[in-house]
Amino acid sequence: MTLRFYGFLFVLGLGIAAEGLIAPAAAQAPSRSASGWVAPRTADDRPDLQGNWSNATLTPLQRRSGRAKVLTTQQVDDIEHGRESVVIERSAASDPDRDAPEAGGTNPICIDAPTTCYNEVYIDPGTRVAIVNGEPRSSLITVPANGRIPALTDEARLRIAESRDFNSQFGQYDHPEVRPVAERCLISFGSNAGPPMLPNGWYNNNYTIVQTADHVLIMAEMVHDARIIRIGDGPRLPPDIRPWLGDSWGHWEGDVLVVETTNLHPLQQYTSEKMKVTERFSRVAEDALLYEFMIDDPTTYAQPWGGQVPMKDLGEKLYEYACHEGNYALSNILMGARYQETVDADANRD
Amino acid sequence: MILSTVKSPTHTLARVFLGLLAVALVPAYAEAQSADIPRTASGRPDLNGIWQALGNAHWDIEPHQARAALQMVPGPIVPVPAPEVVSFGAVGAVPPGMGIVEGGEIPYLPQALATREANRESWVTLDPVVKCYLPGVPRATYMPFPFHIFQSERAFFITYEFAGADRNVYLEDPGEPQVDSWMGQSVGHWEGDTFVVEARGFTGQAWLDRSGNHASYQLRVTERYTMTSPYHILYEATLEDPSTFSRPWTIRLPLYKHIEDGARIGVFKCVEFVEELLYGQYRKVP
Repeated sequence: MTLRFYGFLFVLGLGIAAEGLIAPAAAQAPSRSASGWVAPRTADDRPDLQGNWSNATLTPLQRRSGRAKVLTTQQVDDIEHGRESVVIERSAASDPDRDAPEAGGTNPICIDAPTTCYNEVYIDPGTRVAIVNGEPRSSLITVPANGRIPALTDEARLRIAESRDFNSQFGQYDHPEVRPVAERCLISFGSNAGPPMLPNGWYNNNYTIVQTADHVLIMAEMVHDARIIRIGDGPRLPPDIRPWLGDSWGHWEGDVLVVETTNLHPLQQYTSEKMKVTERFSRVAEDALLYEFMIDDPTTYAQPWGGQVPMKDLGEKLYEYACHEGNYALSNILMGARYQETVDADANRD
Repeated sequence: MILSTVKSPTHTLARVFLGLLAVALVPAYAEAQSADIPRTASGRPDLNGIWQALGNAHWDIEPHQARAALQMVPGPIVPVPAPEVVSFGAVGAVPPGMGIVEGGEIPYLPQALATREANRESWVTLDPVVKCYLPGVPRATYMPFPFHIFQSERAFFITYEFAGADRNVYLEDPGEPQVDSWMGQSVGHWEGDTFVVEARGFTGQAWLDRSGNHASYQLRVTERYTMTSPYHILYEATLEDPSTFSRPWTIRLPLYKHIEDGARIGVFKCVEFVEELLYGQYRKVP
């Protein structure tokens, strides 16, 4: 699922643009559960969303064909034990007498093969499927009902084609700008900070939320990206100012924090200048938030789409993800390509 | 107020002395402390908002007169701006500043002072901020960029516009930092109306300003945030680092609140802006 997920993101990430969104009436989260649990509240009497949370899950963004929205017990078992056995197998001690590993390493897991690969040590996509309203889910996407990202509009296809044509004049290692944004340490791979805030299927799907009466801050551990959500009303950014995480404004609908975001950066995942993301945050348990999102962009998608993602209490601290400060990879990738060119040129001369 | 509790006439001299001392150590800032400042539900000073330092400390935290450039080389008559920075002209010249270091001079150990001079000679190559690396503490505070404090009953978080640097200031001490980091591990507590933050666990790579002032991974910073009006914080930071300084020393400066309508910190992900600097040499040449 991970590789397909990234394949999709990579295609869309090449500079799409999109348009406006409508949030569906997501289920109002109970501030008091059937068991009598009551959500903790802040000094200004809102549900307390604060803490360290993780949205890591083995449930993929999009549903695999042949699966229903709710997984069977057998499917849950297959997915969770399947992942567990992979971890055990790949964590086994190496044979000290083994031959040199194949080019690219042993069991490489690649975002962008062959340069951006990891082995099992680095991978922490989660150990459980997503459970929402007691249902083990086959996909994070719930709208449309097939659990899949809707078809692209003709306009979006044209944008992608134009972007592909433009990029085709460059080799994939010619310039830093043609490398993926995560490799450049600009933002996370996937869409961690978002919006929408989605697990990356990889690692560090961790968040810190701090909540005041007039702001909610969400720091994604990935690339220490801090989203600042303004509560209430105020001057929006002009259309041509498009910061990385967009312009987010929140309001409370009962006990649900509803956040609307526009002005997303052109290089962010899924975006167009017309895209609007609507998110809903609910405190559903002592150790859980429910995160819901809808993407509305009629210039890009045939219909709005969105989903539900559980966020569980991380139970740990977050650490500084100083990506850029240690980014030796990008220099080495580009330098390696230049070196290869000189080797090839010499070979051609001979 | 504290002094008024000293009743005995025999302590009059002490009162005068302490009064003078207080005036000397805590300039007019303290006057307004605890009066007229916004407070949280639990009665703590409310530091929420967007703050920024004014002045020229980011150029050089020690008292300094104006100079032609941050990086100079010998000239035929007087030192001149180094070739790497000469094209900046007046924009690259260092404005004068009274400094923010108590006593004026940083108490460097001899070797550390030599490092500072070497840093200064190669400023544009060595200053981590030029490469958009995280600014560290306390430098983040007086960079010429605003920062946003989020303070709730359960949390205290600072996010800085420059490079999107963040600090989650823990209100419960998690103990020894698990890993060194550019922005360090911060733990805060209240001492009266002052929010005191102990920061440690640094990599030692961050500088203190553009003039090569520096510390090592052994640095410990004790910051004190004291609101002196609804719009001012007195910021004090004591730096201890036995491998760099001969004694602890303190910086002190006011922070100003952004009060304009719709004030917000912007997004300054400068990583993208330094790609030509860092990677331009590896571009494919047609």
